[in-house]
Amino acid sequence: MNANPLFDLTGKTAIVTGGNTGIGRAIALGLARAGASVAILARNQERNRATLAELKAIGPKAIAIGLDISQRAKLKPAVDQVERDLGPVDILVNNAGFAVLKPLMEHREEDWDSVLETNLTAAFMLSQIVARSMIPRRAGKILNVTSIGGFKGTPIYPSYGVSKGGMLQLTRCLAVELAPHNIQANSLAPGWTTTDMTDWIRNDPKYAAAKEQMVARTPAARFADADEMVGAALFLVSPASSFVTGADLIVDGGFFIA
Amino acid sequence: MAAPKMFDLEGRVAVVTGGNGGIGRAIAMGLAQAGAAIAILARNEEKNHATVEALKKLGVRAAAIKLDVTDRSALAPAMAEAERALGPIDILVNNAGISIQRSSLKHTAEDWDRVLETNLHSCFFLSQIAARSMAARGAGGKIINIASEYARFGGGGVVSYAAAKGGLVQMTKTMAIEFAPRNIQVNAIVPGWIKTDMTVPAQSGPFYQEILTRTPAGRFGEPEEMAGTAIYLASHASDFVTGAIVYADGGFAIR
Repeated sequence: MNANPLFDLTGKTAIVTGGNTGIGRAIALGLARAGASVAILARNQERNRATLAELKAIGPKAIAIGLDISQRAKLKPAVDQVERDLGPVDILVNNAGFAVLKPLMEHREEDWDSVLETNLTAAFMLSQIVARSMIPRRAGKILNVTSIGGFKGTPIYPSYGVSKGGMLQLTRCLAVELAPHNIQANSLAPGWTTTDMTDWIRNDPKYAAAKEQMVARTPAARFADADEMVGAALFLVSPASSFVTGADLIVDGGFFIA
Repeated sequence: MAAPKMFDLEGRVAVVTGGNGGIGRAIAMGLAQAGAAIAILARNEEKNHATVEALKKLGVRAAAIKLDVTDRSALAPAMAEAERALGPIDILVNNAGISIQRSSLKHTAEDWDRVLETNLHSCFFLSQIAARSMAARGAGGKIINIASEYARFGGGGVVSYAAAKGGLVQMTKTMAIEFAPRNIQVNAIVPGWIKTDMTVPAQSGPFYQEILTRTPAGRFGEPEEMAGTAIYLASHASDFVTGAIVYADGGFAIR
């Protein structure tokens, strides 16, 4: 069987924020395997180097830029560097994010601001920068990695949930505004996935009950592997999704609908 | 560079109801291009024949079984015939559907029954039959239901269609939960306004303009644009996706 051109990314350039670990790393490697040149934008230089080596082993061009995306002034220069090194950006994956595990009533101003800045505002600003480059070319894909936490209330990671809810709505507004330019914006909402970010619920005895409830409520009765997000990401950044925009694709083993 | 194997359907057998025209045909062709053997279950023998010829040209095994999905007693025999011809079913696409444009007050019992039977009841029974076959083999499986924007939005003159599609979405979620332990994923696609025979009445006049204005993409979708979503949901690429309602609608639902 020949390669299915619907899912082929040969010749495309992609940015994946937070692309050096967890779901972001899995997506970055998946895009590279589908033929894309990939730039990862992430803070930890050691992990950047490790993931970059994996990307380069796959084949297409790849770069890593050490970047804290909460530093707004550095976003445009980073995208410029990607376009200089790899070419005009065809695909943006807004994946970087983190959670503060505190109830709202214990949230400090800095907690709130840092979560909203990294998870939501940076995604907005990068989308704006990248879409400006995509519009004249009349093509592009923006993929926001959201979360089932964006749909549900929770006292454990509330500001994260708010940021992801905002990101879902950002996706819809980008989709509507950019559709006339043939740019699709969609969201991939992972359910509970085995990554460093969910280490607390998987391993901290303090959250044992929460973990038990979570698994009991998930029809697939398990955590996802980060690799299980790759198919959804490839679908949403490839020609296969040409008429899909503003969609929330939930990848959660059925948690959301149970 | 080769696209990842995760979207390959080689060695899989798919049944597509209403697979001889419109979205159903485009999905059948897409699944075939990804390597699946295809059985189309549909009424019109001439269109069945033409579609099977087109499928075979893609180099896959294909069969057409004449079936009116409202004939309940014919469902199990048709599925058995598909399995005899091609092998055990791995993928079921419940696509066959009709619409009767008539106000709620003018809907007759026959109108209601015919639409519900075609668009909902047959999907239930066919899913039951397919899931039994999949569960017995323990190899997992995929059920894809073709829903509609009318599962979510109301609209004048489509009471039976909307009720059936709304039911189909809830059926999708329920079966997704029930079948998850058997590794059978059940998902739905919501096509937006797509250029097919079924939407010809909406392809001209003021309603057409209204649709274009409301659809962010500013156009009707082509039936072929549904194939990518179907391949994704039929393949191992979506093995942790179940009970999902995937909109392929140019943004219609989110404006």
